[in-house]
Amino acid sequence: MAEAADQIFVALERWLVGHTPAGVRPVFAEVISVVALLAVFASLFAMTTVLERKGLGRIQNRYGPNRVGPFGILQPLADGIKSLTKEDIVPQAADRIVHFLAPVVLVLAAFSMYAVLPVGRNMVLANLDAGVLFFFAASSVMEVSIFMAGWSSRNKYSLLGAMRAVAQMISYEVPLILASITAVMAAGSLSTVTIVEKQAGYTGILPHWFVLTPWGFAGFVLFMIATTAESNRSPFDLPEGESEIIAGYFTEYSGFKFALFFLGEYIGMFAMSGLGITLFLGGWTAPLSFLTWVPSYLWFFAKLLFMIAMFIWIRGTLPRLRMDQLMNFAWKFMLPLALINLVTTGVWRFLPHGILRWIVCAVMVVVPYILLGRGLAQGWKLKKRVYRFAE
Amino acid sequence: MLGEGIAKGLVETARNFFGSYVSRERLTTVQYPEERLPQVEAARNFPFLVYDGDDWKAGMRCVACQICEKECPPKCIFIEKSKDKKPDAVGKPQFYPAVFNIDVSVCMSCQICVEVCPFEAIKMNTDFELSTDDRFCGLLWDKERLSRSNEYYHGIHPTEAAEVDARLAEEKAKVEAKAKAAAENTPQTISGAASTR
Repeated sequence: MAEAADQIFVALERWLVGHTPAGVRPVFAEVISVVALLAVFASLFAMTTVLERKGLGRIQNRYGPNRVGPFGILQPLADGIKSLTKEDIVPQAADRIVHFLAPVVLVLAAFSMYAVLPVGRNMVLANLDAGVLFFFAASSVMEVSIFMAGWSSRNKYSLLGAMRAVAQMISYEVPLILASITAVMAAGSLSTVTIVEKQAGYTGILPHWFVLTPWGFAGFVLFMIATTAESNRSPFDLPEGESEIIAGYFTEYSGFKFALFFLGEYIGMFAMSGLGITLFLGGWTAPLSFLTWVPSYLWFFAKLLFMIAMFIWIRGTLPRLRMDQLMNFAWKFMLPLALINLVTTGVWRFLPHGILRWIVCAVMVVVPYILLGRGLAQGWKLKKRVYRFAE
Repeated sequence: MLGEGIAKGLVETARNFFGSYVSRERLTTVQYPEERLPQVEAARNFPFLVYDGDDWKAGMRCVACQICEKECPPKCIFIEKSKDKKPDAVGKPQFYPAVFNIDVSVCMSCQICVEVCPFEAIKMNTDFELSTDDRFCGLLWDKERLSRSNEYYHGIHPTEAAEVDARLAEEKAKVEAKAKAAAENTPQTISGAASTR
């Protein structure tokens, strides 16, 4: 029974494919999966926008949207109609083709990341041997599209935003990839499916998730910080800082293209969270051994919603960083930590099982964190401001 | 240690998040069309013309002196004086405005018209739900649209209206006393005038 519920979508696809002529079956199977992924994650995007606005509202002691439909849940519908009916303005001096292509490329890149995400047992579009590599390749196309948007708009704000975005995304891609390499090292495979399977066992009731090891925890935290920066979300939302550069690279976008940017950004965020879940949170596996009867895809989406809630919480809490703080954080704090974490993972792999390896690895994670954190915080001491000429 | 401040901030926002579901005092939002805050007495928006009694045409205090028209900084008032005269609130025959228009799209709610009016005829309204789908005629208010009764004035600005009423009554009493004195002295003056002649 549990098995049937777990595999219901796989069986459904097989049944649907069975009705088509043999020649088109492989293509048809892919098309069904793609359509399902598009539908599920686009509706998750719609749901997230309203949840985020409501959550942020509550964090600021407001109601948030509550006018359209019961409790405002139809808000995304209203937003969609609005953005579809708005005039699509292209600046006269803009590079029209690139200006049009930028949001399309962004959404395409964002959606192509889902190809290698296992959202459930046997539920992955393409089980590539180099799945993680493909994922990062697709995610770096997003940077290109953002720079396309900023460049083609012919607007100083757009260009500034795009430059900030590219500087930020390239800086944070380094710790992002170094942090995810730890999981690849531990699993011994670049295939996302294999990485999840490696985490599927249980000791007692606790799962073998990588996040439950010292290096895995550090890697997960580093990964999530870098993901926040990669998806341009607060506190790393400098590229679109509304108060400084008027939404940055999409200053000149309106109507449906703006909606596409919005969609691409959220889809990218979900995909990155999905990879974080796959690499460190055990993908679709249940968090406790006696909960394995719950369908695997439900676990994946529960974890995804948890990650989204964390993103919203962080966004409601932290103010935007300054550019130098952003760069210092990436290069002076996250990069050394990620490198040390790689060594920790190796140590964990080669030390014998037991309490010793826990202690050694925990020390290897905590001590650099404290030392590097102290080094990073050195410039932050508040001093009395002295004016040379105005006293 | 690095991250302490972030943890503190996260706790604070979480407290806000859950607190806003538990205690209603945290939610300061007033859901406007359904809920409304009582208006402050000193609130003001656009001017209106006060009339006494029930008939806005007969009781209008304005005597078309055009001071407000001249003083209005953005020049949003347009007055046309009547040819004939009719008795005002005090009883003196006065002109009245044949046309009195205020373009509220121009008006800046400065209250100067109210301050310069010697007849307490123009006052500030508090009505703010004035949206219209006609941006020309819908925002050019004529005499009829602008008239509000003295009772309405008492309703929106009770203290100020009471002061105005007291002042008007005082003035009226003064005028009546003068009239009475004049009536008593009339024969004398006439005789005096006659004698001088």
